[in-house]
Amino acid sequence: MRSLVEMFSLKGATGPLIGLVLLCLFLTFATDSFFSIRNFLNILDQITVLGIMAVGMTFVILIGGIDLSVGSVMALAMMVLGYLNVEAGMSMPAAILLALVAAALTGIIAGILITEFNVPAFIATLAMMSVARGLANMITNGSQVIGFPPWFNMAAIIRYGGYLTMTVAVMLIVFALALLYQRYRYGGRTLYAIGGNPEVARLAGINVKRTTVLVYMTCSLLAGLAGILLAARLDAVQPSSGVAYELDAIAAVVIGGTSLSGGTGGVGGTIIGVLIIGVLRNGLNLLGVSPFLQQVIIGLVIVLAVAAETLKTRRT
Amino acid sequence: MTAGDPILSLRGIRKSYGPAEVLHGVDLDIHAGEVVALLGENGAGKSTLSGIIAGSIDPSAGKMTWQGAPYAPANPREAIDRGVGLIHQELRLLPHLSIAENVYVGRYPTKFGCIDRARMVADATEQLERLGLTIPATRQVQGLSTANQQLIEIAKALALNAKLLILDEPTASLGGAEVELLFRQVEKLRAEGVGIVYISHRLEEIRRIADRIVVLRDGEKVREFEKGDVEVRAIVESMVGRSLERMFPEMPVPRDDITLSVENLSSPRGDFNDVSFEVRKGEIFGIAGLVGAGRTELVRAITGADPIASGRVLMNGEEITPRHPADAISHGIALVPEDRKDQGLILKHSIAENIGYCNKEAVTRGGFMLAGRLRAFTDRNIERFGVKGRGAQNADEMSGGNQQKVVLAKWLARDPEVVVMDEPTRGIDVGARSSIYEIIRDLARDGRSVVVVSSDLEEVLGVSHRILVMAQGRQAGILDRREANDVSVMELATT
Repeated sequence: MRSLVEMFSLKGATGPLIGLVLLCLFLTFATDSFFSIRNFLNILDQITVLGIMAVGMTFVILIGGIDLSVGSVMALAMMVLGYLNVEAGMSMPAAILLALVAAALTGIIAGILITEFNVPAFIATLAMMSVARGLANMITNGSQVIGFPPWFNMAAIIRYGGYLTMTVAVMLIVFALALLYQRYRYGGRTLYAIGGNPEVARLAGINVKRTTVLVYMTCSLLAGLAGILLAARLDAVQPSSGVAYELDAIAAVVIGGTSLSGGTGGVGGTIIGVLIIGVLRNGLNLLGVSPFLQQVIIGLVIVLAVAAETLKTRRT
Repeated sequence: MTAGDPILSLRGIRKSYGPAEVLHGVDLDIHAGEVVALLGENGAGKSTLSGIIAGSIDPSAGKMTWQGAPYAPANPREAIDRGVGLIHQELRLLPHLSIAENVYVGRYPTKFGCIDRARMVADATEQLERLGLTIPATRQVQGLSTANQQLIEIAKALALNAKLLILDEPTASLGGAEVELLFRQVEKLRAEGVGIVYISHRLEEIRRIADRIVVLRDGEKVREFEKGDVEVRAIVESMVGRSLERMFPEMPVPRDDITLSVENLSSPRGDFNDVSFEVRKGEIFGIAGLVGAGRTELVRAITGADPIASGRVLMNGEEITPRHPADAISHGIALVPEDRKDQGLILKHSIAENIGYCNKEAVTRGGFMLAGRLRAFTDRNIERFGVKGRGAQNADEMSGGNQQKVVLAKWLARDPEVVVMDEPTRGIDVGARSSIYEIIRDLARDGRSVVVVSSDLEEVLGVSHRILVMAQGRQAGILDRREANDVSVMELATT
């Protein structure tokens, strides 16, 4: 049990986990339809985009950074995909690959701005948010693209083996790889060192600049991947997708117990944070709560999660 | 000069941090219109004493009298209101505001609830004129010379009707002409009846400006000279004196082969210039000097942590001039940095993680962290360096001495050929100190080269085979163990 807890690196995320369990218990008794396999699978479908984005955001926040561009980068990847596949007639695998390359490039550029030109991460990614959104719009002059091959949309609809859609499977693979990387790879551990204290990390011989660029690249790459999954679900792409998604991703990371100052937390907590947001939205819908009130409640949950964590650390 | 009652009297001032007393009952009188030089080695208690006078440090015991009335400022604000101004070594001006705004920040003159800019500028101009400055008070502070900024700090204190000014190392970053400018103003203020406490390491200056010299050593007033013009040698002797005996282990004899050589090394910002030395196997090479002499910058450059402008670093005769810490590490040079909490350890991470970060080879295979290996490696090194703690413990749960041992373990676990230690015993207790001296001796006995930077003169003298003395970025000289003593080192360091 101990090693299982350690594997998911729940240090600091036990509070959110308890919150998630309580939330599920409450919704089980408060609604008829919450506690069912079918509804859980729905929730998983609904959190794929946020989940994948939040993994990349976790790495960025772990090293003490922030990435505001993920929503726009996602839209850019979607438009590149739509343009190349539908308008330019490129094969789907090639189009997906190039869409991911485009997303990764934005991350590399942001990373270089941050490390080589000392632009604060907030500013560099804010600029990238604007640039990527503009580029996404320029590709089709603002209009949407439809007409993907039928199997693409099916990947998000067919439940293989009765349970998993392709998109959920991709998310679970991303979760597993991220957890293993963070826990068992030396590179994953160095993220904690950089976030804990970049000078200590540098003096320990860690290449802080290169790692930082790679982290922003990974975050953007995952945003691109999330965009491809969203395109599959919607069977269409439009340049206005993903507005303000970066804020949801940051919220999930913070609810999951990763400190915005870096160095503590991890993907395990973020997965719980994503689930809390997903379950909350799903449950509030089942309860018939208006979407406007839902926003208020999610805001309160963010504050509650962070305040609870702060109180806990202050007491010990 | 010292006629009449003093404006400020200190009687039996003591200060303790936990069980450690750093000031042991100091008496001091300052009269109006005199310049009292406060001297002492690093850590003698000068900053603590000036902090107490300026209200930023609470004394543990003792009485102060200010112009005949009891004086116990609870905070700097209260001290300022009473007329005591402390001017720090590092300037604390707001660079984007005008001179006038800086002088009156926090207490802008107002009219009808709005800032009365005209009056503020007029008043500031008056203060500037008093100091003989002809700069317009509306000018932005940014871009002014350091000396002028220093004078604006003084103007700020004078605008508060300061009757006592404490100048902490005012000339540390000034050139010759600027020093003259500052001295003329200090003399002017003295003539106006302002009492001045002048803290400096530059003894030649003291002779010129001081009316009286008070020497502190290990938190005690050891000597008072009734005139400023005293032989430098006499001042130095009283500064270093003989303090508590400390036990240093017998140091092994160095071997002949040279490991580390540094050739004409200079820093891009001029923190150190044209430094050259060689360190042999099994040799302990001390680097001494006063604060700001460039010691830390020098060793950081040698270990790749700071940039190098010119010169070479060689290991066993092969040039390796490092550009990143990783370069130095891979060639067997390790830096145990000065600031344990900011550069040595990640406090909120565990000991095992802290040790693991710079020992990738030992704790990973093919890039995978091996939990078992990390645990075994940590346990082995905890044992080897006598750390009192477990691998899973967070670094911030440990005492300073233990933290320092973790930092040592982290680096020495690599078995580096050259170990550079910057202030290895700063802020740690006597017991932990001697075990660190033993670690240094063991390293030398195993044929490692050890470079020790320390502000603690006795420590450098106690552990080193040879001592490089630095003064204001220059290599003032290298002394052999036989010829080195506190007086000879301090003489070189204050040149």
